[in-house]
Amino acid sequence: MSTHFLTVESLKKVFPATNGVANLPVFDDINFHIDKGEFVCIVGHSGCGKTTILNVLAGLDEASAGEAFMDGREVRGPSLDRGVVFQSHALMPWMSVLGNVAFAVKSKWPDWSKQKIAEHCTGYLEMVGLGHAIHKKPAELSGGMKQRVGIARAFAIQPKMLLLDEPFGALDALTRGTIQDELLKIVQATHQTVFMITHDVDEAILLADKILLMSNGPHAKIAEIVEITMPRNRTRQGIHHDPQYYKIRNHLVDFLVNRSKTYAGAEAEMFHDAKNPPVVRPGLEGDLAAVVAMPADKPVQQLKQVVNQ
Amino acid sequence: MNSKLTLKAAFISLMMLAVFLGAWQLATQPKESVVQASADSEYAAMMGKGKEQSGFPTPGMVGKSFVTYLSDPFYDKGPNDKGIGIQIAYSLGRVALGFLLATIIALPVGFMIGMSPLLYKAFDPFIQVLKPISPLAWMPLALYSLKDSDISGIFVIFICSIWPMLINTAFGVSSVRRDWINVARTLEVNPLRKAFLVILPAAAPTILTGMRISMGIAWLVIVAAEMLVGGTGIGYFVWNEWNNLALPNVIFAVAMIGVVGMFLDLFFGWLQKLVTYRE
Repeated sequence: MSTHFLTVESLKKVFPATNGVANLPVFDDINFHIDKGEFVCIVGHSGCGKTTILNVLAGLDEASAGEAFMDGREVRGPSLDRGVVFQSHALMPWMSVLGNVAFAVKSKWPDWSKQKIAEHCTGYLEMVGLGHAIHKKPAELSGGMKQRVGIARAFAIQPKMLLLDEPFGALDALTRGTIQDELLKIVQATHQTVFMITHDVDEAILLADKILLMSNGPHAKIAEIVEITMPRNRTRQGIHHDPQYYKIRNHLVDFLVNRSKTYAGAEAEMFHDAKNPPVVRPGLEGDLAAVVAMPADKPVQQLKQVVNQ
Repeated sequence: MNSKLTLKAAFISLMMLAVFLGAWQLATQPKESVVQASADSEYAAMMGKGKEQSGFPTPGMVGKSFVTYLSDPFYDKGPNDKGIGIQIAYSLGRVALGFLLATIIALPVGFMIGMSPLLYKAFDPFIQVLKPISPLAWMPLALYSLKDSDISGIFVIFICSIWPMLINTAFGVSSVRRDWINVARTLEVNPLRKAFLVILPAAAPTILTGMRISMGIAWLVIVAAEMLVGGTGIGYFVWNEWNNLALPNVIFAVAMIGVVGMFLDLFFGWLQKLVTYRE
């Protein structure tokens, strides 16, 4: 049993055959782990199964093989220990903003009084800057505000882990920026463990402690684990001035554009060990990064990986 | 702007009513006979002469019957002579009872069918076959097995209003947004809370649509059912007045059926508005 907070081992997903034709596994042999208080982003092209992985972690979907453990227990079915923020906010339109959050809070603490629930919810709604809108219906809110309610709802149940499925994907750039800042502040304050899907490389660099890079499906793998070595107190305004920023960014974009296709097939297995994907730190100096990142038990493969870059 | 439009529409509506009444009056006006000379009017009438009646009542005659019945809607002078209010109350009572019974069955069963794709498929052939049967076709079976005309009437209302409610409830429940169900799942909401706080409100607009359709059909059917079983009710009233050849009363009753049906529909429309949510 590993000592990590969340461990994913040999996860695989094959969707049922369509019209009698068997499907290839979307992903297989997915291994990674998340420690308590870590913010992990997963980046990859559409169709590599990111959402499926998140749904498996949420307990909403079942993997075809492999397992996930959280806090020493196998993830089986949904649980209040894991809060989910859905891409489409998923607020109940017939409930007020407060009602939506209260519904979640009441589910977690059924014996709380109405008063206590309302106070608790209001606190979290104020945290996301919606203290003025608690009695509105979701339909009266903008897209960004709705997503904030979704975030407040997920935080309000104080889950051990937060799962975010591309929460800002449907928002315009300006709104996205503000909510990213808020999320950053909240996470820095609460040390919440977060697993987040995103398509936005900048968003991932800003928020994450480490980024899982996924190769393309079918047979998608975790290709690399990129550690963000910039200090944790980064801000959206200041991050561009950090010398590491563009190194990391270039590394990520380079992966997505050029290298994400090259991890499937027997050839790839020669230089890539899916059980132990290489950890890289592109933010630090190039040569140094490779040495630091080299796991003790897989030096050769690690070197090949670096050479391949 | 909007009120101006309403005003204009009301004016046109009134105009149309006036034209309709005018045409009706013209078409049914008694004509003076050519043969005026005959001394004995009674004799003339016997010969089919004299003041010639078209047979169909004039608006004035119908108006008189409106005034007579509406001025005292709740009198009761024995089984064949009751006020229109009492007759409508009987019909509404039957509809309410049959409809209520149908709701009690259709909502839970529809809920169950909607939740389970297996049951949905299993129930489907029965629903598809039973749905198109005219409710009145059940009447002989109902009369034979229930042995009571009053209960048979209620049964017919029950059987005709159950299908739209059942189908709409099942459809509404089965098509609740996946996201909302997932939210409830991740929050480990217990099944009862999920049913009442998530699925029911999410499906409520569809369910209410089904109930509105059912009520419309029930009100259509009760008139025909009461014509068959007799005794009381607005349908029986129509049939009774037809037997009396009192056409003004028949026309009056027909208008009342329309007005009550409109109010029933308005009521369900209002309920529908209450549960409709904007996304």
